[in-house]
Parts: sequence; C-alpha cells; structure tokens
Amino acid sequence: MTLSRSLRYAESEVIAYRRTWRGTVITSFVNPILFLAAMGAGLGALVDDGSGELAIPYLAFVASGLMAATAMQNGAGDGSFPVMAGILWRKNFHGTITTPLGPEDIVWGRLLWGLARLTFVLAVFAVIAVLFGALDLVPALLAVPPSVLTGVAFTSCITAWTLTQEDGRSLSTLFRFLIVPLFLFSGTFFPISQLPGLLQQVAYATPLFHGVEAVRKIALPGVGESIVTSIPLAVHIGYLVVMAAVGVFLSIRLLDKRIRP
Amino acid sequence: MSEPLVEARRLTKKFGDFVAVDAIDFEIRKGESFGFLGPNGAGKTSTMKMITTVSPITDGYLRVFGIDPTENGRPIRQRIGVVPQEDNLDLELTVAENLYIYGRYHDMSRSEIEPKIEELLEFAQLTERRDSKVEPLSGGMKRRLIIARALINEPDLIILDEPTTGLDPQARHLLWDRLYRLKREGATLIITTHYMDEAEQLCDRLVVMDNGRIVAEGSPRQLISEHAPREVVELRFQDGQKDEAVHKLDGVANRSEVLADRVLLYTDDADETQRQMHTRGIEPEQVLVRRSTLEDVFLRLTGRRLVD
Repeated sequence: MTLSRSLRYAESEVIAYRRTWRGTVITSFVNPILFLAAMGAGLGALVDDGSGELAIPYLAFVASGLMAATAMQNGAGDGSFPVMAGILWRKNFHGTITTPLGPEDIVWGRLLWGLARLTFVLAVFAVIAVLFGALDLVPALLAVPPSVLTGVAFTSCITAWTLTQEDGRSLSTLFRFLIVPLFLFSGTFFPISQLPGLLQQVAYATPLFHGVEAVRKIALPGVGESIVTSIPLAVHIGYLVVMAAVGVFLSIRLLDKRIRP
Repeated sequence: MSEPLVEARRLTKKFGDFVAVDAIDFEIRKGESFGFLGPNGAGKTSTMKMITTVSPITDGYLRVFGIDPTENGRPIRQRIGVVPQEDNLDLELTVAENLYIYGRYHDMSRSEIEPKIEELLEFAQLTERRDSKVEPLSGGMKRRLIIARALINEPDLIILDEPTTGLDPQARHLLWDRLYRLKREGATLIITTHYMDEAEQLCDRLVVMDNGRIVAEGSPRQLISEHAPREVVELRFQDGQKDEAVHKLDGVANRSEVLADRVLLYTDDADETQRQMHTRGIEPEQVLVRRSTLEDVFLRLTGRRLVD
C-alpha cells in the first residue's frame, strides 16, 4: 500500500536527520529568535512609539508574519537542495526506485517527513513567540497547522520546479529572486495596504501572503482591518491546499520523467 | 528446461531519434551468469535499466520472471538486486544504515533485517566499518557495500552494471572473488562490462554489444574459437618502422590488425608465424605471444577496441 511505502521512505529521511539536524538548527530555530528580537522587540519599540496605526504591538504583528515566513523558508529549503541531491548529487533517488518503491513513494514520503519536521519547527516557533510575549499560547498553537500548510505548499511546488532544473546553479537564484522578495513584501513585516496599488494586487496573488494572512487571522483573533484583510480564511486555506496538491501532482510526474527516462 | 528469468525479443530503447538499444533478442536462465560485453555507449546500461524496470521499453517484448515490466514493475523489483554503474549510497548514513533502509524499502521487518545486515557485512568484508560513515570508504569498499545492499532482499536475480569500473586491480580481484561466491551458491547474475577479462572470468554466456545491437553470442570460449584464431602475436616496432614492416607481414598470419601502438597477428601457430617473420627479416622491438581473448573477438567483430 502506498502509505506504507511512503512511510518506509520517510523512515530513511528520519535516520538521516538524526545525523544532520545540527545543521538545520540555525535556520529553523535560531533565525526566528534573532528576527523576533531584532524586528519585534527592537524595531517594534520604535514602531509602537510612532504613529500607532497598528491596533496591536508590532511584536505580535511581526511574530505572526514570521511564523508563516519561517514555514516558507523551511519548506522551500526542503524542496530544493535535497531534491537536487537525490537526482543529481547523491543520486539516492535513482537507487531507491530499483527497489519496490517508486517515484510517487519518494514524493509522498518526503512530504510526510516534511510535514512532521515543519510541525515540530513551527510548534517550537509558536512557543518561542509566546515566551517573547508576542502571542497567546492557544492561538499560537492553533496557528501551527496553517503555517505547516504554507510550508508544505512551498515544498511541493519548489520540488516540482527543482525537478525541471538541469543542475544546482539556479537554486540559489530562486532564493535570491523569489523567496527573499516574498519574505519582504508579503505582509510579514508591514501590512500590504502600505504597498502601492499595483504591487498590492501582486501581493494578493502570492502564496506567502495567503500563508501570513491565514496565520494572522488565527494567531491574533479579533484583530481589525488595519492588520488583516477581509478575505475569508477559507480562501487562504483553499489557495494553499490547491498549491500543495498541484505541486505534489507535478512533482510525481516530473520525478518519474527525470529518473525513469 | 526451466523458464527463462529474462526474455527479450526485438527489445528497443529510443531517446528521441537516438536508438540506444536496437531490437535485441536474448534469454537468461536460472543459475546462469550472463554478460553484456561492449564499449561505452553500446546500449548495455539502457538494457539493464529496462530489465530493472526503471526505464520504460520503447518497443519489442520483455519479460522478467514472466512479468511485463511496463505493466507491473514492482513485483519484479521485489525480487531483484541492482548494482548500479554509479555509486548512489546514502552518504549521510552509516554502512549498516545503508543496508537497513534498503531492507525497509523491501518491506522487511527490523528483526528480519538485523541478522541479514551482519551476514552481508561479513560477506562484503565490511564488519569493522559497520558504524562508519560511507564517505571515507575506499572505492572498492563502496562497491562491496553496494553489492551487499543489492543482496538484502535475497534476490532471485542480481544485476551488476559495470561492477568494477574505476577500481584498482586489487579491489577488482577482491570483488570478483565475492561474485564467484555468489555464482557458486547458484545465484543468477547479469553483468555488463567493458573489460574482457571480467567477462571471461565471470560469465557462463555473454552477448557482445555494439551500437545498440548484439553482434555475437555464446560462451567466452565459444566466441573466441569462432571469431579469433587460437593465438596472437603482438609486435611493437621502433618509431617509424611499423609501416614498412606491415607491408612485409602480408601472409605470415591468418589475419593482422594494425593498432596505433602495435600490430596484432592472429594465427593458429605462433611458432610458424615467428619463423616466417624471421625469414622475411622483420625485426620488431618487442614480441609477445598470447592466447586470443574476447578483446580480440570484439576487435574482429567491430574493428574497434573495447577500452580506448
């Protein structure tokens, strides 16, 4: 059965992670803490002393945004370099498909493992945000699932994109020209209502915007329209679910074409 | 006679307009050690990939264990062990863990895998490196680990794609010794190689491939006796003297082959050939008499050498 095969693939990722987790601690845990301290507590003091347009402390605003953005970064990382390693550098995907596992088991297995890892990373983030006094515990934990969904949507779509790339050179370009701009302009650090009209429309279309909005509507219950848009939560979730599903579908087809020529 | 484990008829693989495997026929039976001998680009690896179900066939007929790989690859892969041309071990895992995950891929339980790992580490002479990472292992050790990994599911058919390419002679001999052992225990092996000595030593039967086609088939001894006279006299000349000597060599042997660095004379009687050379006043710098090999068969059939 497919689930059992995917889990068996995921098991090998878990075994590998036991040896490599130290390298992921910085991006997963330390960066969010640094961002919360600098942007939330440091810059936040300045923001909150200013015009005071936000109805909530800036720390709360940026913590909820960073939760989704952290999910995006982890998800994008998971969909890029390890995938290129599997098909080109370490070539372990090529070996895997000579066993009863197939490309679909690799894609689903990585997704399941990614889901588990994102859940852990974001739960830790939520707790850190609570300790910073940025969020309340219960809404922070309730915001874990939508942020995990954001991460998974990025993993699956970026996996598909990576599978179309000849080699690893384009991967850092992706981060420079897609992930970083999304990180900065999708509402993480300031409401997109601050953007010029046209760019606002662009921001509405980006996945991280929907991730940030979904997380914020759950993590900061009852906040008004100066903080979040009036778009229903279901639209954000729907957008991310469709994105994840399209990504998985394409990843399976593209991986099959790539390693079963 | 038993059903063939692998049966191919007019098996074809194309990549766009390029024909990698051109309508080949072959049958591999249980317990046999079957070789595909040919230079790089002959279509050996493409053929292996079709047999292991990781590359769809373009045309023709292929059955592995009587199963159609296009329709149903998984039950085939359940019963094979694959040693790929390129190392694809998981470098983040230890030696034992590399075996463990393949056991899991084959749906074995932990209690089934554990004793198997110890047995295979013993077989691959890697017991002492059990918990070491894969990266620092030597090329020969990595190959032995890949072979051990291919055996984790006790396969009915073991497919080795150029198992010793890139290894030093000592590592190759150690690996051959392991493969002999499998052969003696009755395993069915498919081996691709561009080393004729490997094919001679390991294969009961083989096909010679060139440009996607099978150009000859038989046991190593059969192929040699059919396509090459018994002995070869290899001549090396001093600079500039080769061309002159080649003219005078006409008729001293059944056939001659002029290579860049030497001249090969194929003959049934090397003593007689050397006597005639002497009579004609041909004085090479170096003379070596040897028995014909598969390399000579390949040269005869294709006009090219196996390894350039």
